[in-house]
Amino acid sequence: MNWTLALPELVLALSGLAILVAGVLPRRDMTFPCTMMVLGAFLLSGAFVLTQPDGMGFGGQYISDAFARFMKVLVLAGAALALLLALDWNRAEGLSRFEYPVLVLFATLGMMVMISANDLMSLYLGLELLSLPLYVMAAFHRDNARSSEAGLKYFVLGALSSGLMLYGMSLVYGFAGTTNFAQLAQVLGGTAPISAGVVVGIVFIITGLCFKVAAVPFHMWTPDVYEGAPTSVVAYFATATKVGAIAAIVRVLAGPFGGAVDQWQQVIVLASIASMILGAFAAIGQTNIKRLMAYSWISHTGFVLMGLAVGTEAGLRGVLIYTPIYLMMSLGAFSVLVAMRRNGHAVENIQDLAGLGRTDPAMALGMAIFMFAMAGIPPLSGFFAKLYVLLPAVEAGFWLMAVVAVLSSVVSAYYYLRVVKVMYFDASTGALDARPSGVSFVLAGTGLFTMFFFLMPAPLLAAARQAVAALIG
Amino acid sequence: MLDIGLAHYLVVSAILFVLGVFGIFMNRKNVIVILMSVELILLSVNLNLVAFSAQLGDLTGQVFAMFILTVAAAEAAIGLAIVVIYFRNRGSIEVEDISTLKG
Repeated sequence: MNWTLALPELVLALSGLAILVAGVLPRRDMTFPCTMMVLGAFLLSGAFVLTQPDGMGFGGQYISDAFARFMKVLVLAGAALALLLALDWNRAEGLSRFEYPVLVLFATLGMMVMISANDLMSLYLGLELLSLPLYVMAAFHRDNARSSEAGLKYFVLGALSSGLMLYGMSLVYGFAGTTNFAQLAQVLGGTAPISAGVVVGIVFIITGLCFKVAAVPFHMWTPDVYEGAPTSVVAYFATATKVGAIAAIVRVLAGPFGGAVDQWQQVIVLASIASMILGAFAAIGQTNIKRLMAYSWISHTGFVLMGLAVGTEAGLRGVLIYTPIYLMMSLGAFSVLVAMRRNGHAVENIQDLAGLGRTDPAMALGMAIFMFAMAGIPPLSGFFAKLYVLLPAVEAGFWLMAVVAVLSSVVSAYYYLRVVKVMYFDASTGALDARPSGVSFVLAGTGLFTMFFFLMPAPLLAAARQAVAALIG
Repeated sequence: MLDIGLAHYLVVSAILFVLGVFGIFMNRKNVIVILMSVELILLSVNLNLVAFSAQLGDLTGQVFAMFILTVAAAEAAIGLAIVVIYFRNRGSIEVEDISTLKG
């Protein structure tokens, strides 16, 4: 029993409990100190992740490998930056409560457990530890009807999706005889035909995971939750939790169910094509920029699933390159969304960005970079992200998926470029309020990464290659 | 005398599961019914796991069921809390009223 292996999670869990106590005991407002303590816990946990050795612990429930470390670093970075963005936004909206950073911490802990899961049981527990704080966070603006509605919708659909996934897990357990990933891979990887019970179970599990990554046809909660939930919360939803969800679906499908690839490949191909098409067309008519980002994510999901559906080493590497690049673009775009505030009130229509090119050139330049990158225009990072999932799809002969991918990115370029047009060519309706320093920090960091990724892609590519090697062995 | 075997448990659990899913989708009246349906789904899963566990002679399924019971309690608590703040804001928990966000 090697429990020191899970040191990053243990550190995070213990600091979460300690910070909870530290937030309650003093009689003054502890939001800022608690946020700083949570950021410190993320740093500490990140340091432990980087020095974590390979191995298995807790009776085969927990695994530490290059893939887990790669994803955990991304999740911790995304969570820390999203928390930084939330600090100012929550203060301005009167949501300054110390529970917020603690919820972020526990959700992040859940994701790390999920990423390191080596058994259906730990996968489920990690997923629930992630989901339960997220339901609360979506309804965090508790005096606001829209926020509580977003929380309620998210809760109902999230609970349904975990139920579907659990039912699948119970079938897989019953018909394969084990819940351990290594043993499942052995059972399914053999020459014996896979029993129908296991196939049905896998399909249910995929359904549950597709809910979490918001792939069509299980995407319907995303736009509503993005629009209703506080922007600071959405900044976390759209960045860190997406990384966690991608990690979970990749870990499950490429790991234990890798031997059953013929059974699930068609399902993922369909979900990928549908996500790309819906993400491209449904976003065109949106006026609310948070809804726009939700549909934009659905279209990105399609690209991520495309790499996964190909199932080869190159395809999975494409997914792992897509994830950090998406994380940076999305964090950057949300730093602008968080800064959208006029006369002290949050505004969230695309038209509210009008004239930003003159009133705040730096922020407009940043937003333009993220929009161009998301549209996949070279030499920005988003182009390479799409390239690395498109090439394996073409090489493996998935022509339909590749053609839909290219066409859908042409369509989605329309709504990304519309944001740029509104910022630079429309008459201003008044300047936005000065942006807080946290926003400037995140904006500059993610902007530089997105802009200059093409100069130094090697470290990321090498890390992704290592992670994939660990995943498929 | 009918022998009760694995298949019977699986059928009962499948019926409970389908009832739960339909309870969520077909229900137009009340959010509380949705919470009950979610519990029904989780219980059908537990029944499945325990039946399989007895059949396979392997304890993993029963351990899993214990974890699910615990998580279900936490989930119900959070769900009810969200329903309460929703009711405070809107004065209703009719499913048809939950539709301000759309497009």
